Amino acid sequence: MHVPDGFLTAQTSLATAAVAAVGVGIALRGARRELDDRTAPLAGLVAVFVFAAQMLNFPVGAGTSGHLLGGALAAVLVGPFTATLCISVVLLVQAIAFADGGLTALGTNVTLMALVGVWVGYGMFRVARAVLPKRTASVPIAAAFGAALSVPAAAATFALLFAAGGAVPIATGKLLTAMVGWHVLIGLGEAAITFLAVGAIVATRPDLVYGAQDLRPDHADLEIRDGVVV
Amino acid sequence: MSRRRPSTRTVLLAGLAVTVVLAGVVSFYASGHPDGLEYVAHSLGFGDSAGPHVSDNSPLSGYGVKGVHNARLSGGLAGIIGVLLVGALATALLYAVRRRAPRD
Repeated sequence: MHVPDGFLTAQTSLATAAVAAVGVGIALRGARRELDDRTAPLAGLVAVFVFAAQMLNFPVGAGTSGHLLGGALAAVLVGPFTATLCISVVLLVQAIAFADGGLTALGTNVTLMALVGVWVGYGMFRVARAVLPKRTASVPIAAAFGAALSVPAAAATFALLFAAGGAVPIATGKLLTAMVGWHVLIGLGEAAITFLAVGAIVATRPDLVYGAQDLRPDHADLEIRDGVVV
Repeated sequence: MSRRRPSTRTVLLAGLAVTVVLAGVVSFYASGHPDGLEYVAHSLGFGDSAGPHVSDNSPLSGYGVKGVHNARLSGGLAGIIGVLLVGALATALLYAVRRRAPRD
């Protein structure tokens, strides 16, 4: 999904860079509410895990592959604002050190993966959480649902950006169908990896999982002191 | 607590171990096929509009370490260096942004 230099016109790249800058700016403010001394190390782990997982292209048939984008995974584990920062750092390092994703396309890639991927993934996770039973077992299932939809959403966003300002004229319907079609399949891989990773943390330390905060799994451990739950 | 849960430190170290193994070892077995976007770009005929990358001469470009000829070693090292780079940058950023614990 890493867009190289040259796919989108300079104007489109400038526009997505502006969107990315505003999005990351908002995330910097919002992440303050999600991050403290306890959650910051987990967020660092999420960033390196997403980097590692993005190296692992899995085959999706007919000579095509896909890899984790990690937006839903990161948002569920550490919160969507922090997730936007984590994925943006991964994309920055990939573009500068690994020549993966263009430098002029960095804004586009942040928009697709750190904004659309994270926020569609997190939004759909919330929708699924609202429908599923209020139990910790629902959290990985809802995360997988968000993950599955986040990938085609990012793919569709790319197709629309290309329609607005691609390097060459391509029939938008054809591009949208091809992008979404392949990325629905890649989204299934995304869902599986997200289910396993979120499931592993939820099973061991649900209290560390941002998207399970409201479930208070350790209710029995809580004490009331001076009328305050501690 | 009814069931002993691993400490936060244990969870972090286990997660880091998994990450290092994925980036340093498992990455060698990743599919080399073009990803969804590259595949679509080539099949619809706009793949060639990708320009050369400014970082093509980076010692890590293409997820290998320049000068290391063993593919397994080169890719694994690149993965681990990437984990260190992302870890350093993310940690610096996240710690700068976080709420500090009140000192009292």
